[in-house]
Amino acid sequence: MSRTPLDTVEHAAGTPDVEQPWAELGLSKDEYARIREILGRRPTGAELAMYSVMWSEHCSYKSSKVHLRQFGEKAPQSEAMLVGIGENAGVVDVGQGYAVTFKVESHNHPSYVEPYQGAATGVGGIVRDIIAMGARPVAVVDPLRFGAADHPDTRRVLPGVVAGISGYGNCLGLPNIGGEVVFDACYQGNPLVNAGAIGVMRHEDIHLAKASGAGNKVILYGARTGGDGIGGASILASETFDDAKPSKRPAVQVGDPFQEKLLIECTLEAFQEKLVVGIQDLGAAGLSCATSELASNGSGGMRVELDDVPLRDSTLSPEEILMSESQERMCAVVEPSKVDRFLEICEKWDVIATVIGEVTDGDRLEIYWHGGKIVDVDPRTVAHEGPVYDRPYARPDWQDALQADDAAKLPRPENADELRAQVLQLVGSPNQASKSWITSQYDHLVQGNTVLARTEGDSGMIRVDEETGLGVAIATDGNGRYAKLDPYTGAQLALAEAYRNVAATGAKPLAVSDCLNFGSPEDPAVMWQFVEAVRGLADGCLQLGTPVTGGNVSLYNQTGTAAIHPTPVVAVLGVIDDVARRTPVAFREEGQLIYLLGDTEPEFGGSAWSQVVHDHLGGLPPKVDLERERLLGEILISASRDGMVDAAHDLSDGGLIQAVVESSLEGGVGARLVVPDGLDAFTFLFSESAGRAVVSVPRSEELRFTDMCGARGLPATRIGVVDGDAVELQGEFTLPLAELREAHQGVIEGLLA
Amino acid sequence: MTTRIGVVTFPGSLDDRDAQRAIRIAGAEPVALWHKDKDLKQVDAVVLPGGFSYGDYLRAGAISRFSPVMETLIDQAKAGLPVLGICNGFQILAETHLLPGAMLRNNHLHFICREQKLRVENAATAWTSDYEAGQEILIPLKNADGRYTADEYTLDKLEAEGRVAFRYLTDGPDADGYGNPNGSLRNIAGITNEAGNVVGLMPHPEHAVESLTGGGTDGLPFFTSIIKKLVSA
Repeated sequence: MSRTPLDTVEHAAGTPDVEQPWAELGLSKDEYARIREILGRRPTGAELAMYSVMWSEHCSYKSSKVHLRQFGEKAPQSEAMLVGIGENAGVVDVGQGYAVTFKVESHNHPSYVEPYQGAATGVGGIVRDIIAMGARPVAVVDPLRFGAADHPDTRRVLPGVVAGISGYGNCLGLPNIGGEVVFDACYQGNPLVNAGAIGVMRHEDIHLAKASGAGNKVILYGARTGGDGIGGASILASETFDDAKPSKRPAVQVGDPFQEKLLIECTLEAFQEKLVVGIQDLGAAGLSCATSELASNGSGGMRVELDDVPLRDSTLSPEEILMSESQERMCAVVEPSKVDRFLEICEKWDVIATVIGEVTDGDRLEIYWHGGKIVDVDPRTVAHEGPVYDRPYARPDWQDALQADDAAKLPRPENADELRAQVLQLVGSPNQASKSWITSQYDHLVQGNTVLARTEGDSGMIRVDEETGLGVAIATDGNGRYAKLDPYTGAQLALAEAYRNVAATGAKPLAVSDCLNFGSPEDPAVMWQFVEAVRGLADGCLQLGTPVTGGNVSLYNQTGTAAIHPTPVVAVLGVIDDVARRTPVAFREEGQLIYLLGDTEPEFGGSAWSQVVHDHLGGLPPKVDLERERLLGEILISASRDGMVDAAHDLSDGGLIQAVVESSLEGGVGARLVVPDGLDAFTFLFSESAGRAVVSVPRSEELRFTDMCGARGLPATRIGVVDGDAVELQGEFTLPLAELREAHQGVIEGLLA
Repeated sequence: MTTRIGVVTFPGSLDDRDAQRAIRIAGAEPVALWHKDKDLKQVDAVVLPGGFSYGDYLRAGAISRFSPVMETLIDQAKAGLPVLGICNGFQILAETHLLPGAMLRNNHLHFICREQKLRVENAATAWTSDYEAGQEILIPLKNADGRYTADEYTLDKLEAEGRVAFRYLTDGPDADGYGNPNGSLRNIAGITNEAGNVVGLMPHPEHAVESLTGGGTDGLPFFTSIIKKLVSA
C-alpha cells in the first residue's frame, strides 16, 4: 500500500500548488487565502486542520465579536470582578477571601442529533471550564428549550437530554440547583441545551490558561484521544485512503462521567499542592485549541510531540489527533521540578498523564509527528486573530406587523367561571406546569450545601462557608417570545428577571453570564435580533451595575429559513452573607399578609396567557424599568436580612396568579386574594408587567415593611392573606389546592409517557 | 476519647464528604479511608458512602467490592466492626455478601431524587438504636439502581429474623414523600445482618442532618446511635 509523504512544513513549502480541502473544512476562499498570507506558504494538512476549527464560528466568534465588545466597553465599575471576559470563565469576588466563577454554554446542535450524549458532554465541558480556573465546581444549572410539548420528536429529545444531564451530572457529584424548561414550536428541530456551572475558590488560587516560562512541561492528562467528535478532519485523513481504518465515527462526542470525576479530583489536588502554572481544558477543537490558546496567552512559544499523545485508536492521523474532541482531557503547564509529583497525583487517581511538549523561548507553536515538523505557526493567528465579520443586519420587514398585532385586543374571560377555567388552563399548560418529573431526575443534594433548589426558591442557592453561612445564588432566565417582539427589550427583560429572582431569595446580584442562542447570522433579520439583544443586555448590565463576566454565543439555530425565537439566556450570580436568612417562595403560615410590590399595567404582549389561551404572539413585551428593578431588589434583600418577609416570589410569565399558585402549592397552604382598587380581575391575575414580586409578611412586621417601601418609593399593595386550602379570588372564584395540584402536576410525564 | 468513624473514598464516591460532615455534626471524628489502602486506621466504625464508584460500570458496587480496603473491612465486619452502607455503599455490601440480596435498576428506569418517608422496623441495630421501632422518618433518596431484590426464601428469612431495618411507607400522598420509589420488593429500603453491626440502606441519612440543607434532621440518629453504642461499649 502506498502512502503519500508526510505533509511537513518543508514539504508544504515545496509543493505550493497542492489542492487542499479548505471548503470542505468550512473555510471561505478569503479565509484560506489569509492563512496562506499569514504563513507565507500553503498550510500543511495539520495547520489547515487547526485553522479551520479555530476559525469556525463556534470557536472564533467571528460573526459576533464586533458586537460582544460592548460587554467590555460598557462594563460597569465593579470591585467584584477579579477576572473578566476572555478567560474560560469570569471570576467574581464574593467576600471573606472567596471567589466564584460561573459560566453558561450551549450544546444545542449535538443534543438534537444525539440527545443523551449531547447533553451529557455539555455538562462535562462546562465543568472542565470551571476547574480550568482553579475552582472546585459546586453546582450546575440547565436552561433548556424544546419544541412543542405534544410534538412526537419532543418525546425523543427531552427524555434523552434529561437522562444525559442526569446520567452525567449526577455521577460527578455536583448538585443541580436550577435552570428552566420551556416549550415552544420554534425550537422544533433546534432544541436549546444550555449548561451552566459554578465553582468556588480562594482568591489566591485563580489559575489562568497560560503557558509561561521556557522549559516548563506541557502535560496532557485524562482520557486517551480517540476518533470521536471529529468534524471535518476525516476529509483530510481520507487523503491517504486506508482500508484498515475504522470509519464513520460519531461526530457527537461520547462522555465518560467517571473519568471526568477523577479528572476533577486529581486537578484539584494538583492545585492544592500548587503544581500548576497554567491550565486549559480540551473542549471544542481539542488539542488545536488547548495548545494554541495556552501558547497564545503565555509569554513564550510551545513545542509539542504529537507522537506522545496517548491514543485509543492507533490509526489516527495527526490532523485527526489535533481536531479530536474526545472528552475528559485537560492540558497543564508544570515546572520541570514538579512534573514527577503531578504525575504521581494522576496515578493515584488512575488518570493517564503524559508530557507531550514544553514551553519554548520563541514565539512559535511547533508540532512534530514522526520526527517531521507538521505545524509551525504564530499561535495568536490561530487562537485570537481569526477573521472578524461585521455582517449586514436589518430590522425585519415583518417586525412592525408583529408589534401591531396587539395582545390587548384578544378576547378576555367574560365571567368568573371563564376566569377560573383560564387560571386552571394556565397553571396546567406545559410551560407553567410542574417540572418535577424532570428535576427529580437530578441530584440536588450532593455536597450537602444546597439551601434552595428546584421550586423552593426563585434562584438556586449554595452555602459556600459552613462556619459563616456565606452563600451564592444563581438564576437563569430568557423569554424568547418577548425577545421576538423586541430583542432589545427582551434581552433586558431576561436580565431583569434573573436579577429579580436572585434578589427575591435575599442575595445581592453581582455579575452576569449569558448564553446567546440565535438563528443564522447570515440572515440580516437574525443578525439584527442579535445586535439588538447584545446592545440591550450591555446597556442593562451597565445600568444595573452587574458586569458580564463571560458567556457563549450559539448561532445557526435554525432549520431552513425558520430561525428560533431570539433567545438570550441570562444568568445572574448573587451573594448572601448568611444563607440561613434566605427567602423561599412557599407560603407557610396562615394569617400572614400578601403584598404585591411594583406597578401592574395591562401588559399582555408575549404573555403566557396569550400563548395558552389564544396561541397568539404579537404586540410589545412588557416595559422595562431597570431603576425600578434595582429598587425592588434592594427592598427584597433588606426584607430578607431583617426578617420582614417569610416568602417572596417574582412575577414573570403567567403573572400574579401563577406566582401565588406556586407559593401556595409549595407551602401547602392557600391564599385569599382581593382585586386591588384601580385594577380589573383579569389584569390583576394575568398581566406580566416587570419589576414586581409577591411577598408574605408576618403581621408583626407589616408596619416596618410598609414603612420601608413607602420611604423608598416602592408601591406595595396589600392583596390578601395566606389562608385555608384554596386559592380564592374574592367575589370571583375558589380553586381548592387539590384541584390546582391535579392540574399542575403530572402534565409533563403525561405528554411524554 | 473521641469516637473515630472511617469513611471510605472509592474512585467515583460522591457523598464521602457529606458522610464526614454528618459524623462531625453528630460529635465523632471522621477519618478518611482510601480504597487502595488496606489500613483501616483503627477506626471504631466505617461508613461506605454514596456515589457512583467506578462509574457503576459493570454493575453498581461490583468493582469496589474487590478494593484492597474491602479485604480488611470484610474480615473486620464479620468480627463485629460496625459498618453502614449508604446507597452505593449498600450496593457494595450486597456485592460482598455481607448483606443478602441485590439492587436492580429502578422499575421506572429513571434516576430519582426525592424526600422519602420510611418506617424504622428494627431499632436494635448498631446504627438505629436512637430511633423507636415503628418510628416514621423523612430521609432523602437518590439513585438509579435502588430496587431491592432477593429470592422469596431470603425475603421470608429477613422478615422472620427482623432484619428488614427500614421500609418505604406507601400509605400517603406522593407529594409528602410516600410511595415505593423504585419497586423494591416488600417495600424494603434497608436491611441488617444477623449481628446487627452491618446495616445498608438506599436512602441517604447523611443528607438529613441539618435542617438548612436537608429539610430536616431525621438522619442524625444513625450517627448518634453508633456513637452511643461505641462510647458505652
